[in-house]
Amino acid sequence: MIPLGHYLIVSAILFALGTAGVFLRRNLITILLSIEIMLNAVNLTFVAFGRFAGSVDGQIITFFVITVAAAEAAVGLALIIALFRHRESLNPDTFTNLKW
Amino acid sequence: MAETLIFYVLSAVAILASVLVIGQRNPMYSVLMLVLSFAAVAGLFIQLDAPFLAVALMIVYAGAIMVLFLFVVMLLNAATEDHASWDQTHPLRHPAVTRFGTVFALLLVLELAYALLRGNDLNQPVGSQATPQVVGSVRELGRVLFTDYVFAFEATSLLILVAMVGAVTMARREGEQR
Repeated sequence: MIPLGHYLIVSAILFALGTAGVFLRRNLITILLSIEIMLNAVNLTFVAFGRFAGSVDGQIITFFVITVAAAEAAVGLALIIALFRHRESLNPDTFTNLKW
Repeated sequence: MAETLIFYVLSAVAILASVLVIGQRNPMYSVLMLVLSFAAVAGLFIQLDAPFLAVALMIVYAGAIMVLFLFVVMLLNAATEDHASWDQTHPLRHPAVTRFGTVFALLLVLELAYALLRGNDLNQPVGSQATPQVVGSVRELGRVLFTDYVFAFEATSLLILVAMVGAVTMARREGEQR
């Protein structure tokens, strides 16, 4: 049997990696992928705690997180396509103006 | 014993794949590495008696969302990170402010480590608390989802509708407006 803390440590490492990706990368697609890593780390925490508490509530929250992530990916990718049409670049530093 | 070994192998694969996601310059490889990371986490879900979620994660995340990402990466055809000249004189470009974000990320890591070290129940094994028949059954999951959480479930359908309309509206070319 694996202690609860080990699952939480794996989840914390994954979440920190996602945060580092958001801060370090200069590519909009990679930043979205880093956000997906963070969401997945939180999923792991929810499922581990739900199993620990012996209820299915953690799994249900994870179910909703997956759904929201799907919606977020669709809207985020549409935004990236619209931005790429304007500037021919995926570097977030080129999008410093709200109007052009 | 085998269970512990599988846990460590899956965790190592998940973490290494995530490191490679943010370590790659080519977004195509990043997406493929993220699929590997999701597969490893799905394995951890199976170990946590959540087989339905593991399958849903593989089908919805690795199957649908990642293919969407791959599709956009291929469509934009911007293979590597471009070194476009950014505005060096912008106030947010100041080196001290750039470091600020990194400091915040390190603070987050320290805070998480502190919380993990101070917890009480962390050494108790997962899985000895309840019978897996309750937690692992799809029947129980569906019953709770469609009774206690039915409002959230219906709200999710509205969210997906809004996301769909938003994606279509934003990705449309400007010349096609009527």
